[in-house]
Amino acid sequence: MSLHINNISKSFKDLKAVKHISLEVKENELFGLIGPDGAGKTTLFRILASLLLPDEGSANVAGFDVIKDYKKLRKNIGYMPGKFSLYQDLTVEENLNFFATIFDTNIEENYDLIKDIYIQIEPFKKRKAGDLSGGMKQKLALSCALIHKPKVLFLDEPTTGVDPVSRKEFWDMLKKLQKKDITIFVSTPYMDEAALCDRIAFINQGEILQVDTPSAIVKNFAKEVINIRTNSIYKSLQVLGKYQYTHSNYPFGESLHYMDSRDDFDPNEIKKHLEDEGIEDVEVQLITPEIEDIFMELSRE
Amino acid sequence: METTIKATNLTKSFGDFTAVDKLNFEVEKGEIFGFLGANGAGKTTAMKMLIGISKPSAGDAVVAGYQVSNQAELVKKNIGYMSQKFALYDDLNIKENIQFFGGIYGLDSKSIEVKYNRVVENLGLQDYAKQLVRSLPLGWKQKLAFSVALLHQPKIVFLDEPTGGVDPVTRRQFWELIYEAANQGTTIFVTTHYMDEAEYCDRISIMVEGEIKALDTPKVLKKEFGVSSLNDVFLKLAR
Repeated sequence: MSLHINNISKSFKDLKAVKHISLEVKENELFGLIGPDGAGKTTLFRILASLLLPDEGSANVAGFDVIKDYKKLRKNIGYMPGKFSLYQDLTVEENLNFFATIFDTNIEENYDLIKDIYIQIEPFKKRKAGDLSGGMKQKLALSCALIHKPKVLFLDEPTTGVDPVSRKEFWDMLKKLQKKDITIFVSTPYMDEAALCDRIAFINQGEILQVDTPSAIVKNFAKEVINIRTNSIYKSLQVLGKYQYTHSNYPFGESLHYMDSRDDFDPNEIKKHLEDEGIEDVEVQLITPEIEDIFMELSRE
Repeated sequence: METTIKATNLTKSFGDFTAVDKLNFEVEKGEIFGFLGANGAGKTTAMKMLIGISKPSAGDAVVAGYQVSNQAELVKKNIGYMSQKFALYDDLNIKENIQFFGGIYGLDSKSIEVKYNRVVENLGLQDYAKQLVRSLPLGWKQKLAFSVALLHQPKIVFLDEPTGGVDPVTRRQFWELIYEAANQGTTIFVTTHYMDEAEYCDRISIMVEGEIKALDTPKVLKKEFGVSSLNDVFLKLAR
């Protein structure tokens, strides 16, 4: 096991940020912690990176206890916080050199590991980090987190606020890194990124709701999800909001996803109800649930 | 149809770099207009000009009836704005924030009181009125910030990534508020990185390197590019 988290809790005054979390992450796994802002993701990251003491529980990262062995642990992990935290008034090259020196290494030694990423920002190596665009800052931060060839890489919301194209590129980079013998523990509020992980944990309000591979989570989901298209999603939402058998009812892009409160029902009944209420062009279809459907359902419970 | 935004060759350069290059588009009253683009494509620069805090280098735009080039103060009075980064004062409570922003927009204390009651009732925040905004979950803050941006009944409201990082349920509730406001005739100009949210817009534009490369309804754009989702349209254009 690369990460072993046992019953970790942490509170800040009255707020229970992390509640009895236990998790295991295998070696060289790409593990995703999926949950919205305020779920407790960053608190957990800080505990695992030995920057914050848990109130209870224990955790072991790459063979080191987060409390007792914190000095050794820090040499063996890379941590990229959600907030850009490199030196804004050092250049790209100076930042990278600085982090390499701190970890008793130099850029040449592990260049192979960061090459694919660093090469994209190398043309700007004399530019101050503070003057880089968001995407370039992210690449520099990742290079700095990797320069000492860590065994475990912690990435706290690396793609928040990043456009879909750059997000895709970032995940392609992670897939490549994973092959170089690095365990990656990454958090994201984007549900569509869950499918790119080997395994995921849903986290909400400090608690882990479910842990499994994305495909198993989808396969084991018990409720049926109906995709509904109509001439007016807004009106359909209002109609279904008042329908007696509605369990949940959410807009999904150009359609609606509907779950029924009954165990057994005919989707055509929903269609008829919508049509009776004056909605036109109604199409209903049973679909494979999306990760976001499941997250929303689990966080209701 | 009444036009609430009309951009004509709207351009912004910084030295040799043209961040926004001759934008031409119109947004109608009550429309939900999605303003999309990759990071660095020029969205924020364009938006700053439209809300009257940055002067165009060339071209102009009429927003809520006023020119951004020389009537910026009137533009600001007649629009609402909220962003993910700055929306409300963390160390004021809900009521104080509403009083403050109501005052800024020149509402008298009586109508602020009326609006305050309506907002907390609408959002179900009655029990939290005295709580500092800092202590509210992000999703609530964003819903509150949106209501605050609408206090002075602007013709148009600009939303800069209002739902970034917000949980999926609250994100959808937020969009219900957007729909409601649009239904009452408020024009919505919104940026987002969530492509499912782009589908909720009446029309969207996609900016690439300072220019608008596509502008139409989500349906037409998907058809035009022969793909099934806006995400694919985006990837095709921006990559």
